Formats: sequence, structure tokens, C-alpha cells
Amino acid sequence: MRLVLFISIVILTGTAGDLAVSHAMKQIGGVSLTPSAIFRFLALAFQMVWLWIGIALMATGFFSLLALLSWADVSLVVPATALSYVAGAFGAKFLLKEHVAPVRWAGVLLVCLGVALISLS
Amino acid sequence: MSLKRLRTKTYLLLALMVLFGSLGNVLLSRGMKETGEILDFSPRALAGAFGKVFMNGSIWLGIWSLLVFFVSYLLLLSWADLSYVQPASAIGYALVAVLGYFMLGEFVSPTRWTGVLLICAGVVLVGRTDPSPSGRGRRASQQAGAPGEGHRGAELETLTLPSPRGRG
Repeated sequence: MRLVLFISIVILTGTAGDLAVSHAMKQIGGVSLTPSAIFRFLALAFQMVWLWIGIALMATGFFSLLALLSWADVSLVVPATALSYVAGAFGAKFLLKEHVAPVRWAGVLLVCLGVALISLS
Repeated sequence: MSLKRLRTKTYLLLALMVLFGSLGNVLLSRGMKETGEILDFSPRALAGAFGKVFMNGSIWLGIWSLLVFFVSYLLLLSWADLSYVQPASAIGYALVAVLGYFMLGEFVSPTRWTGVLLICAGVVLVGRTDPSPSGRGRRASQQAGAPGEGHRGAELETLTLPSPRGRG
């Protein structure tokens, strides 16, 4: 039970971090890939509160994973974190209001299964 | 921007993400192995270990690689959907397994090969969808004469940030 709780924390904080960062970047909008545009983009990005919230959440997720790995079984924890892909797609749909087409859902599920299998051994 | 150019831009940044993400992890891992296992957790020994870690070339290269990874991720998310970028970047897992097999002669179990195949199939499916259905990426390139788009991207091209250091 404690294990499920901790794995959920790892997945949810990590995903929340990605969602927050994505939310911040969406507010900036598409950038052309010239050095000066990239520089201005970064200057703007690092002024955004949501970016820092995202980084903090990602760091929390990362350190919770490390803490979890210190007592739980790697072969269970790491494959389980593949559920992040599903959590991310749900968050993107409901919080970021992205349009997740059925084909994309299918892709997300396959990737989630694949990552779980690959990290199983 | 045409959908084709948008895709090219998206693939380029995905490739950078995958390349520098894996490279960064490998370099950090190599650097930490070079500095040796930390067995003594007294404050003094830890301080010494920290010193050694930050004197290590691989560690710094690893940190720079991960910075490139993160900047590519941020740039990509400025026009592409998170629900596109997140699964698409998983191709890195498959790539690492395949490269490990062909270049390092590592053993890859049938379970892992199945995982590689599923990831590839998933990424192909995700890749068939438009990275930016809302059209953010396409608008950005036409922003010059497009006021009132409601996106800060439009400002970005004309934005002049005050330079605190007064260059030159």
C-alpha cells in the first residue's frame, strides 16, 4: 500500500512538472530556430512562474524516485513509472485542453507498455 | 509555416532531445563511476566527494548535455503538444537498447525486444498526428504582421529585452 502511494507520488509530481512546463511554453508560443530568437525565448521562458513551478515539481518527482528506489524493488518501480505516459496524456487533454486524437491515444498506450517491458529486466 | 516544415523542425528537436538526453545520462554515469562509490557519509567525506565530482570532466559534459536536452524540450513545447512530445521522445529507450545490442554487443532479452517493438509502433502512431493541432507552430512564423493573435510568441520576434550589461 505504501509502495502504491509512493509510486503514485513519483508519477503525479513528475507529470505535473511536465504539464506546468508545457503550460508555460504554450504561453510563449512557437519560436523560430535562429540563435537570437532562441536567446530571447530563453530570457522570456525563465521569467515565467509556471516554468519554475514545473522545475520544482520535476525535481520533487526525481528525488521521490531516488528515495523510493532506496527501499523498493527497482524491477517493479521503474516499469510502473511508465504509467507517466498515460498520466501525461490525460493531463494534456483535461488540463492543457490538447486535442488527443484516437491514433495518439493508441500510440501513448503502446509506448507505455513498451517502456514498461523494456525496463522490466 | 507549412506542416512539412513544422514536422522537420519538430523531428530535429526531438533528435536533439533524445541524443543529448541519453548522452548526458551516460556521461554522468561514467563520471560518477570515475569518482568512485561514496561509502563514507560523514560531512567531511561528503564535501570531499562533492569536490571530486565537480572536478570531473565527464560530469560537466554530462551537465551541459542535459542542459541542451532541457532547452530543446522547452523549445519543442513552445509549439508542439505535450501529448505528442512525451510519447515521441520515448524512442530514446528503444534506440539505447538497439545501440547497446549492435555497438556494445549487449544481450537484449526477448522481453526487451518486445518493448522496443511496442515503443517503435507507438511512436510511429503518435508521429502520424499533427504535432501542433492548434496551429501554434504555424502561426509563429507568420507573426510579423499578425497583431492580436493573443500569443506572446508574436511579441517574441519584436521584443527587445533591456540589456543590463550594455554590450560593447
